[in-house]
Amino acid sequence: MSLGATTMFFGTDIPTLVAGVVLLFSILLMLVRAIAGPTVWDRILALNAIGTKSVLVVALLGFMTKRPEFLDIALVYAILNFLATIAILKYARKRRLG
Amino acid sequence: MDLALEILTWVLLAGGAFFSLTAAVGVLRFPDFYSRIHPAGKNDTLGVLLFAGAMLVECARYEYSWLVVGRVLLMVLFMQMASPIAAHAITQAAWVSGLRPWKKGEQPR
Repeated sequence: MSLGATTMFFGTDIPTLVAGVVLLFSILLMLVRAIAGPTVWDRILALNAIGTKSVLVVALLGFMTKRPEFLDIALVYAILNFLATIAILKYARKRRLG
Repeated sequence: MDLALEILTWVLLAGGAFFSLTAAVGVLRFPDFYSRIHPAGKNDTLGVLLFAGAMLVECARYEYSWLVVGRVLLMVLFMQMASPIAAHAITQAAWVSGLRPWKKGEQPR
């Protein structure tokens, strides 16, 4: 911030904060679909999208607080999100996980 | 130079937030499952790409180490592979289970 073009707000710059808030709001919209979805596939789809957005939120949080170690947590979230989607799909299709 | 990088960060963040928000609105408002796949599978992937671009520019601005850049690249590479595969798997599971696409004139579901 040498030129001071970005106004600071509690130690983080405002565009990153606004992007994080927009991500949280879209997680809220996806949650409505995950609760109201008529079929189980809608719910799985919404859960997968919520997982994608939460990875982004965690990574942005790391850049907001100037602690890029949060990226490790974001990586683990990404892998867990994908594996959980595949596992839930398998359970929904075959009714067992074995 | 610093101001240019800052404006580039804003643009990439705004683009990523826009695509993520449109993905959420599309998933919420489209009439059936097979049309909801489209925003969830494509807009989300592009949003991840734009956010990762913004993070890379932040890395260049604050001179983070190369390990951080490598982690961002690893994350975006994995997400670009995993997100379409997950969308495809969900669609295939829904089709195999007997769900059929919505036609015009039917009740949205």
